[in-house]
Amino acid sequence: MLRTLKSKLFVAALAFTACGIAPAADVVGAGSTFVYPVMAKWSADYRAATQTRINYQAIGSGGGIAQIKARTVDFGASDKPLDAAELAAANLVQFPLVIGGVVPVVNVAGVAPGSIRFNGTVLGDIFLGKIKRWNDAAIVALNPGLNLPDQAITVVHRSDGSGTTFNFTNYLSKVNAEWKTKAGEGITVRWPVGIGGKGNEGVAAYVKQIKGGIGYVELTYALQSKMSYALMQNAAGEFVAPNEETFQAAADSAEWDKAQDFNLVITNAPGAKAWPIAATVFVMMNKQPKNADNAKAALAYFDWVFANGAKQASALHYVSLPAKVQAQAKAHWSTALKY
Amino acid sequence: MSADLLFLKRRIINAVALLLSAAAALLGLFFLAWILWTTLSKGIAAFNVALFTQMTPPPGEAGGLANALFGSVMMCLLAVLIGTPIGIAAGTFVAEYANRHWVGATIRFVNDILLSAPSIVLGLFVYTLVVRPMGGFSGFAGVIALAFIVLPVVVRTTDDMLKLVPAQMREAALSLGIPQWKVTLQILYRAAAPGIVTGVLLALARISGETAPLLFTALNNQYWSADLSEPIASAPVVIFQYAMSPFEDWHALAWAGAFLITVFVLVLSLFARLVLLRKRVPND
Amino acid sequence: MQETLIAAAERRASRDARHDRRFRWMLAGAGVFVLLALGGAALSMLWGGREAFATFGLDFVTSATWDPIGQQFGAWVPIYGTLVTAAIAMLIAIPVSFGIALFLTEVAPTWLRTPIGTAIELLAGIPSIIYGMWGLFVFVPMLAEHVYPWVDANLGQWPLIGSLFAGPPLGIGTLTAGLVLAIMVVPFISSVMRDVFLTVPTRLKESAYALGSTRWEVVWDVVLPYTRSAVIGGIFLGLGRALGETMAVTFVLGNAHELSTSLLMPGNSIAATIANEFAEADTDLYRSSLIALGFLLFVVTFIVLALAKLMLRQLAKREGR
Repeated sequence: MLRTLKSKLFVAALAFTACGIAPAADVVGAGSTFVYPVMAKWSADYRAATQTRINYQAIGSGGGIAQIKARTVDFGASDKPLDAAELAAANLVQFPLVIGGVVPVVNVAGVAPGSIRFNGTVLGDIFLGKIKRWNDAAIVALNPGLNLPDQAITVVHRSDGSGTTFNFTNYLSKVNAEWKTKAGEGITVRWPVGIGGKGNEGVAAYVKQIKGGIGYVELTYALQSKMSYALMQNAAGEFVAPNEETFQAAADSAEWDKAQDFNLVITNAPGAKAWPIAATVFVMMNKQPKNADNAKAALAYFDWVFANGAKQASALHYVSLPAKVQAQAKAHWSTALKY
Repeated sequence: MSADLLFLKRRIINAVALLLSAAAALLGLFFLAWILWTTLSKGIAAFNVALFTQMTPPPGEAGGLANALFGSVMMCLLAVLIGTPIGIAAGTFVAEYANRHWVGATIRFVNDILLSAPSIVLGLFVYTLVVRPMGGFSGFAGVIALAFIVLPVVVRTTDDMLKLVPAQMREAALSLGIPQWKVTLQILYRAAAPGIVTGVLLALARISGETAPLLFTALNNQYWSADLSEPIASAPVVIFQYAMSPFEDWHALAWAGAFLITVFVLVLSLFARLVLLRKRVPND
Repeated sequence: MQETLIAAAERRASRDARHDRRFRWMLAGAGVFVLLALGGAALSMLWGGREAFATFGLDFVTSATWDPIGQQFGAWVPIYGTLVTAAIAMLIAIPVSFGIALFLTEVAPTWLRTPIGTAIELLAGIPSIIYGMWGLFVFVPMLAEHVYPWVDANLGQWPLIGSLFAGPPLGIGTLTAGLVLAIMVVPFISSVMRDVFLTVPTRLKESAYALGSTRWEVVWDVVLPYTRSAVIGGIFLGLGRALGETMAVTFVLGNAHELSTSLLMPGNSIAATIANEFAEADTDLYRSSLIALGFLLFVVTFIVLALAKLMLRQLAKREGR
C-alpha cells in the first residue's frame, strides 16, 4: 500500500516538474500568523494567474522580522511595525499590506453576539482584574438593557507572543492609563490576571469552555466559532460593531501620510465609524536581497494583491487598504527599493 | 498453618499484580482508542482521494495533503537513513569497545542528555548550523534536524540491546578465531536486531510527528516541492498551521493528516514485525 | 608447504587485525560524533544565551519574574514546571508501563501479545501536536467537568498535600500536562521494557517456576533484576521525552508565569516557554533569554541524569558488584 502511494506521489511529482515553467526558486515569505489565511488564498490565485509560486509561511511576526533581517526569506510580514531607526539599521523597507481587527469575546449566559457593550476603561479594568464580576456597576452602566449575572469574570489571554496581543494591549494602553503603567503594550505582557491559551484557537476554546470567560480574538475566529463578540465605544464616542465597514473606517481615518515609514498603529482611530482595535499587517523587504529576482517577483505579487486582492480579503474578513494608502505604499517601495 | 497463610498471601499478591497489569494494558488501549477516535471523527470530512492527490489548499477551497505527505515521507526516510548507521555505530562503540571505560560512560551520558533535548532546541541548533550559512530554509536542513532526533534514540537502544546479548556468545565466537568486526556484524547484530529495529521504529515514529524542529529548518511549502535545497512541506507543520486556524475545512484536513500519520506508523510497525518474526533467533 | 600455510595464516591474521582496527575507528568516529553533536548544540545555546546570563547572572535561574515589557527575565517558574510535570508523568508512567510489559510478556495469551503490544507502541506514533489538540479540545473539558471538581472537593481537603489539589477546576494546568505526558511516554518505556523482558533466558525463569514461584515473583525477583539497567535505560528514554516535550504541553499547561502550589493551576515549562515565545521575541535580550532557557534544559537534564546514575551506582555497590 505504501509503495503504491509512493509511486503515485512520484508520478505526481514528475507531472508537476514537467509543467512547471515558473522561476527556478519559489519566492519565500514568512511571518505573521494573522495574515496567513488570506496570503495562502492570494498566492493560490496569483499562481493560477501568473505561474509564479509565492510560498508564505506563518512562523510568527517576530520570526518574520528576524528572518528578513537574516535574509533567509525574500519578504517578512509582521503585525507590529518597526520604527525608522530599526528599519535603517537592518536595511529594511516597510509598507502596510492589509487590515484586520481584534474583537473582545465573552461567554455569559443570555448575552448574544453584538449585544454587550464595552469602552476602553471598562475593558482595561476587566483585564486588570479590577472589575471582578459580570454585574459590576461599571459594566451595567454601559449595558442598561442586559440582564447580567452575578458571576465571576475569568480573563483569558494569549500565552504565546502575538501581534493580536500587541494591537489589543496597544489599544488598552491608549485608553486606560492604569493599564499603561501596570501592564503596558507588547507582543506579550505581564498579565495581571487570567489564564493563557495558545493561539487564537486556544483563547477561543477556553472562553467557550469557561462560563464567565472573556478573551480577545481576531474577528474570523469569533465569527467561525459563533462567539459573543462585544461592541466597542470608539474615540468619537460611538458604539460600533466589528465588521469590514468599521475596519475600513479605521484605516481611512488613520493619518498614514504623517507616519514615517508607515510606522503607525491604527488602534483608537478618530473616525466616527472606526473600530478601535483594528490591526495592520506590514511587509518588510530587504534593500539588498540575496536574490534580487525573487525580491522583484515579490513586489510584482504585492502589486497584483493591491489591484486584485480585495475580493479574497473580504471573503475572509480582512479589509484591503484604502486606495490612497495603496498608492503611498507603491510610491514608497518604488523609490526605496531599487532592484 | 502459617505456611498456608503465606501461600495464600503470595497467591493473592500474584493475582492482584496480574490483574493490575491487565488493567494497565487496558488503560493504554483505552487512551489509544480515544485519541484515534477523536482524530478519525474530526477528520472524516477530509477523507477522500483528494487527500493524496491534491496540494494543501487556501481556506474555502477543496484540497489535500499530497505535498505535505510527500515531504514528510522523504525527510523522515532520509533522516533515518542518516541517523541510523551513525547511531548503531556509536551504540556499538559504547557497548562493545568502551563499555567499562570512561569514554563509553561519557558518550552514554551525553547521549542521554541529547535524548531529552527538546526538539525545538535542536531545530534552533540546526538553524544556526545550516540555515544561516546556506542563506535560506531548506528540506536539507529539516532532514539534519530530524536526524539529530533519530541519533540518540538509536544509540541508546543499540547500546542496551548489545549489552543484553549473552557474553558466552561473544566468547564462543571469538574463541573460534573470528575477528571482532565479524562477530559484531554477523553474530551480535543478529541477536540484537529486534531491539535495534524497535529503536529505529520508535525514532521514526517520533520524528514523523515532529513540528518544532521543522518550523525553523524546512519551513513549509504550500506547493509541491521535491527539491531539498528549497523549503519543503511537511505534514506536522501543515497540521499545526491548519489546526490553529479558524476554518472548519482546514481543521478537518489537520485531523485527517493526524490520523494518516498514526496509520502510517501502524503499517510500518506491523510490517517490521512481520519481517522480524520470520528471522527471529531464539535466545537459548 | 608448511611455510606458505603459516604465511597465509599470518596474512589473514594481519588482514583481520587491520579490518578490526578500521572497524573500531569507524565506530569510535560515530561515538565522537555524538559527543560533538551535543557539545555543538549546548555550546551554541550557551553562546546564544550569553547576553541573558551576563545581564542577570544567577538571578536568571532563581528569579520567578518573567517580564518581556520590563526586560526582566528569570527562569525559575519554567524550571519548576518542567521538573514537576516530568515527575508527575514518571510517577504514573513507570508503574503503568511495567504493568503493560508484564502483561505482554507473562500474562496475556500468546496470540494477543503482538496486537496489543503494537497498539501500545502506536501511542508513540501519534504526533505530539495531536496530543495537544486532543488534550485541549477533548481531555481538558472532561477533566474540568467530571474529575477536577471532585479532586478539589476531596483530595483538596487533605492535610499537608491538600494544597496541591485545591483550586478552581479550569481543566488546564500542571496536573493535566503531567497526565498527558504520562500517556505520551508510556509506549516508550513499556516497549523497551517488553523487549528486554523477552531477552531473559527462559531457563532462568523456568528454574524459578520450578522452585514454586508465582508469576509475579518470577517477574519481580528474576526478570526485573536481570534486566535492571536496560529497564532504567527505557525509563530515561521516557524521562527524556517528558522533559523536552514541547507541543503537547504547550496546549494544556496554561502557560502562566506564576508560581503556584496547586497542581490544578496553570504553570509553565522550559520547552513550552521557548515554543510559545521564540517566534515573537522582539528584542535581542528576550531572544537570548529564551535560548538561555534551552541551555538550562540541558543543565537540568544533566543534573537529573547525574543523580540517577549516582543512585544506580549506589545500588550496584550494595549488591556487591
